[in-house]
Amino acid sequence: MISLTVNGSPHQIDADPTTPLLYVLRDELALNGAKYGCGLGQCGSCTVVVDGEAVLSCMVPIMLLEGREVTTIEGLGTIDEPGPLQEAFIELQAAQCGYCIPGMMMSAHALLRRNAQPSEEEIREALATNLCRCGTHMRILAAIRRAGELMQAASLPATDQGRAG
Amino acid sequence: MRALRVAIGIAAVILVAAAAFFLFAWRSEIPEDTTAAEARFAAELVAKGAQLAALGNCIACHTVPGRPAFAGGLALPTPFGTIYSTNITPDRETGIGGWSEAAFERAMREGVDREGSHLYPAFPYEHFTRVSADDNRALYAFLMTRVAVKAEALENDLPFPLKFRPLLAGWKLLFLDSGEREPDPGQSDAWNRGRYLAEGLGHCGACHTPRNPFGAEDRDRHFGGGEAEGWQAYAINTESKAPIPWDEQDLAFYLRNGWHEFHGVSRGPMAEVTGNLAFLPDSDIAAIATYVRSIMGAPTPEREQRAAQLREAFEGQRPEQTADSQRSPVSASGSQPGEAIYLAACASCHEGGRRQPFGGLNFELSTAVNAPDPQNIVNVVLFGLPPADGEASAVMPAFRHLLNDHQVADLLAYMRERFSEEPPWAGLVEQTARTRSGTYKVAVRPSDGIERAPHHVGAEED
Repeated sequence: MISLTVNGSPHQIDADPTTPLLYVLRDELALNGAKYGCGLGQCGSCTVVVDGEAVLSCMVPIMLLEGREVTTIEGLGTIDEPGPLQEAFIELQAAQCGYCIPGMMMSAHALLRRNAQPSEEEIREALATNLCRCGTHMRILAAIRRAGELMQAASLPATDQGRAG
Repeated sequence: MRALRVAIGIAAVILVAAAAFFLFAWRSEIPEDTTAAEARFAAELVAKGAQLAALGNCIACHTVPGRPAFAGGLALPTPFGTIYSTNITPDRETGIGGWSEAAFERAMREGVDREGSHLYPAFPYEHFTRVSADDNRALYAFLMTRVAVKAEALENDLPFPLKFRPLLAGWKLLFLDSGEREPDPGQSDAWNRGRYLAEGLGHCGACHTPRNPFGAEDRDRHFGGGEAEGWQAYAINTESKAPIPWDEQDLAFYLRNGWHEFHGVSRGPMAEVTGNLAFLPDSDIAAIATYVRSIMGAPTPEREQRAAQLREAFEGQRPEQTADSQRSPVSASGSQPGEAIYLAACASCHEGGRRQPFGGLNFELSTAVNAPDPQNIVNVVLFGLPPADGEASAVMPAFRHLLNDHQVADLLAYMRERFSEEPPWAGLVEQTARTRSGTYKVAVRPSDGIERAPHHVGAEED
């Protein structure tokens, strides 16, 4: 048994300790936001946040996560009450197929927690490991800038604790 | 009376010695050439100079990443203090705009600037002294036709005696063997060309040869392995630890492409080197390979035998296969903590069978795992290999947010035991901690060699 804290809720997971976090999130906890893309830590669609930092859940064995805080996209808000990042992505229609978007948003979330007013360059760098193959790159960048503004306006830091999940 | 005479005698000796040293250390100023920056040069000469400047990797030290090229100001940490690179754009006040070709040539040949001050050997004139007059002319033409940038050189941060530049004349007397070298008639043209490129402008030894306590290259251990910008520059002589010994073809391929299927991808400062070598013609790359291969000597029969097995196991014609982490990990139960981490986090890429440069290198082929110092693996585990901009490149995720110092140490200890015959590394936890905290500075670059400033340079800021 391994104890995991995901979006603020504790879970006891009965799985092989080397199981990647992504499988546990999707198969055990029914948190399907994080996506399986390449399975090799190269595309970024499985990105989640652990203790405030973006990590690739497809290659993180759960044995490394005892006592650590995992945040997934479900932890950023709900359909009725979207968080600032979600609000900005909806407002700017920053998804096309949407497969990469949860990963993009979690990388952005980690960035905005540190710095709500990132420069264009800082945003691009934070998202360098998130690939999108359909084509809303410019809208994604705009949405992240917008989310920074929304957070500042509400002067609320990007929250880590789940309102859902 | 006698005491007075002795005192006068001693004073006279000191005075004469000081005067002699002054004469010995003194270099004349070469008058400012007020028209130098306006001079025009043939396009072919400038193009040749561009190639040579790439070989010399001038831009790496003389540019702060993200700032105007060749304007200097990059901090170069040395064991003696921090030295700041100078502005080598043709700006008259702050750069080399007032330098005649003779002044440029003297700087390359003797490590003396136009005003006659000795330069610190952070500027690798131990090597540049070998550059021919023709090549210096081309380099000069290239640099004098760059955009002039006004940027005052920053003051070096060195302790007292080292600030006194005439002392460098003593250093040069001991360690600088100046001037061009005659070709070795017993060797091929390619070998001689390779030696000229590698020992001269290419200055391979500046990183790949260990340094003595005075910061000079230890000539008895030529190419015996050194360090640069927080990375180990591997031994490229008979002490090379490459599991499959380098041959000429493999070396040339690696220098040309920045990766080789039996050796992995170039990274750290070497990524910049292979990136720059793209400007050189194939014949020069092949010549460097010929020369460096000759320094490596013939591998022992045991190494050859082992290499044959590895070639058999890893050579080309395997089906292109996508590693798939949906498969269960190789063997789920690691008996030691490092093994479990390796199997769960590393094996899916590094044993996935995907070809270089995009797949993880199998550690059976890794020089890093066999190196005397684990620094390069520590760097790659913590900071990963950031992606290149706008092109497909080798990439590895950083693990610093997932693995603590003990976990990194466990992982490395396991890898050393499993993939190398070498003795265990000592002090892994401390070394990882120093690297993570930035106490030990590491320049992290993507595989196209472009340094990302400031966030990817050094460890985490927090």
